[in-house]
Amino acid sequence: MPALPLPAETPLAWYLVLSAVLFALGVAGFLFRRNIITVFISIELMLNAVNLSFVSFSYKLKQSDGHIFSFFVMVVAAAEAAVGLAIILTVFKNRQTLEIDEVSSLKN
Amino acid sequence: MQLWLIPVFPLAGFALNGLFGRRLSKAAVHAIAVGSVLLSFLWAVKTLSGLGIFSGGLLEPYREHYYAWIQSGSFNISVDFAVDRLTAVWLGVVTGVGLLIHIYSVGYMAHEGGYYRFFSYLNLFMFFMLVLVLGANFLLMFVGWEGVGLCSYLLIGFYFLEKYATDAGNKAFIVNRIGDFGFALAIFLIGAHFGTLDFARVFESVKAMPVETQAGWITAAGLLLFVGATGKSAQIPLYVWLPDAMAGPTPVSALIHAATMVTAGVYMVARSAQIYLHSAVALDVVAVVGIATAFFSATIGLAQNDIKKVFAYSTVSQLGYMFVGLGVGAFSAGVFHVMTHAFFKALLFLGAGSVIHALSGEQDLQKMGGLARKVPITCVTLFCAGVAIAGIPPFSGFYSKDAILAAAYGRAPWIYWVGVVTAAMTAFYVFRALFLCFFGEYRGKTAEASPGHGGGHSHGHGGIHESPAVMWIPLTILAALSLVGGFIDVPSFLAPVFGEPHEGEPWLMYVSVAAGLGGILLAAWFYLVSPSLADAFVRVFRGPYRWVYHKYFVDEFYDATVVSPVIDGSRQVLWRVGDVRIVDGAVNGVGAVARAAGSLLRLAQSGYIRNYAAWVVAGSIMAIVFMEWRGGLR
Repeated sequence: MPALPLPAETPLAWYLVLSAVLFALGVAGFLFRRNIITVFISIELMLNAVNLSFVSFSYKLKQSDGHIFSFFVMVVAAAEAAVGLAIILTVFKNRQTLEIDEVSSLKN
Repeated sequence: MQLWLIPVFPLAGFALNGLFGRRLSKAAVHAIAVGSVLLSFLWAVKTLSGLGIFSGGLLEPYREHYYAWIQSGSFNISVDFAVDRLTAVWLGVVTGVGLLIHIYSVGYMAHEGGYYRFFSYLNLFMFFMLVLVLGANFLLMFVGWEGVGLCSYLLIGFYFLEKYATDAGNKAFIVNRIGDFGFALAIFLIGAHFGTLDFARVFESVKAMPVETQAGWITAAGLLLFVGATGKSAQIPLYVWLPDAMAGPTPVSALIHAATMVTAGVYMVARSAQIYLHSAVALDVVAVVGIATAFFSATIGLAQNDIKKVFAYSTVSQLGYMFVGLGVGAFSAGVFHVMTHAFFKALLFLGAGSVIHALSGEQDLQKMGGLARKVPITCVTLFCAGVAIAGIPPFSGFYSKDAILAAAYGRAPWIYWVGVVTAAMTAFYVFRALFLCFFGEYRGKTAEASPGHGGGHSHGHGGIHESPAVMWIPLTILAALSLVGGFIDVPSFLAPVFGEPHEGEPWLMYVSVAAGLGGILLAAWFYLVSPSLADAFVRVFRGPYRWVYHKYFVDEFYDATVVSPVIDGSRQVLWRVGDVRIVDGAVNGVGAVARAAGSLLRLAQSGYIRNYAAWVVAGSIMAIVFMEWRGGLR
């Protein structure tokens, strides 16, 4: 049984696993943390996990689509950060709290 | 020739008065209304003389094409107007008599509310009536047919604050729906068999068929058309709406419910003469229904006390005569009677309106009497109409009635004899009404009635006055037409359309004239010479009188057999079950289900963001699991 040559580069799967782990961490953070800022950072984590997948596929498949996607995601993330932080600031001003379960007036 | 201008003038009058009439003065309103009809009349006369009806022309129909209305494969319906000699008679009657009645209305309606509304409806009626007679295919005729029905409804219910007026309007409309349903079916049948509704092409095709053809569907088409005619022209069994239609203002009764609209059925049957000539059965049905209507409504007319009701039953009866004329194949005689009837019946109604106007709304013959000196012009003109309708030579009714009866004798003598009896009754009830109204002693309340008032003196009827000139001038013109209208030889005029008129034997004429004179003399004996005789007569024949007085209880019979079941059925089945349970049930059920589902789903909306996120995650997981289960992405 001939020895396999060492891979010339890191396998795609490693990137994807890392991306999945980061995404799962983001989901967990979103679900289990109560501080709004932390939740917000979890969202950014998920977005960047997805970006990682895009970029890895793009690299692997030698196509630029994934890069373009990830740029779009970054732009959206930046906009979202601006709007989201503004919302968080307003919530804090009005309620003097960053506890996410206190902000539940959308119910019913 | 611009035929379209004839109906468009009244339409313009309707639009002006209908849109702006509220802001215009009364003078402007009636100037527009009368002016538009005058223009229409003048244009009709100009067009007809241009086509040569005064110089023996117009032997072939003259036709104008405007635009294609409906095109579907090989089936075309275009908006075309056509004039032949038959249409010419109606054009003259509708615009001429219509003009006189418009002028009369200026005086009659002067004190009424809704002046502009009245005139705009009247103009709209003129438009639809002219479309009806000018249209060159069945569908265009149907447009006019339904349009005049609408205007009839609007004008019967003109005093819409009165329950009886709106009820009468509804009755007219609903009864006419039954007839119109038959007409619509006839149109479908004709369209299905000939692939066209154009008069010229349909009748061409029918004509090409041998006379012996007793094709069942030709009979069916004829009978269905006649169902439409029984509705519009108030024949048995659908005549019940016409007497009630007198709830409208009197000029409306004269124009729509005596002179023009109710003759639309006669026009339609005469127009479809080719169809009837190919179906002996349909023709016989027309004749029998006509004579039965003429006879029965004449008997009802004998015992009515409302002056307009008397003339209304008289109209039904005379329309029956016209259908007798059509049904025995003397189409031109029937049309002749349409014209003379338009003169004398419009005059009777307008005269009655003048009397009612003079008495400030009194219609009961029992409360009139001795009015001859109070309203002399009305009295004289009404007697002109009376001799005309009674068929006394040489006045107009004599010629047309004689033409019908002579033709009837040629076809079936029993129709002639029933017609003669009817003629006697006609003369009797018309002169009964006139004698009760104008002679004897005044039986109504006087303006200055005192408790010790013995009645009968001729002074002190302060409120009773002759109508203004704008009302009596049309009366005198119509009176002149009623007297001499018979010299217009309509049957010969219509010979190019229907063939040469039928000549009767002279003794037929003597008998019918004798019947008319007998009726007049009997009325004079009963109501002038010995007024107590009528009451004694009623006492002796209490049973039959009660039947006649209550119009044979036909309304009650229809109420019990048709109206009540329909209303009860609608209420119990359609409303309580169909509407409430099924329709409302379905709608409310959908709403209730949505609300119940919402009240459950509402619980999922906790307002906690992390809760929503959990749903998103759960959903994503389910989606991924589902896709894997189905074989994964490929």
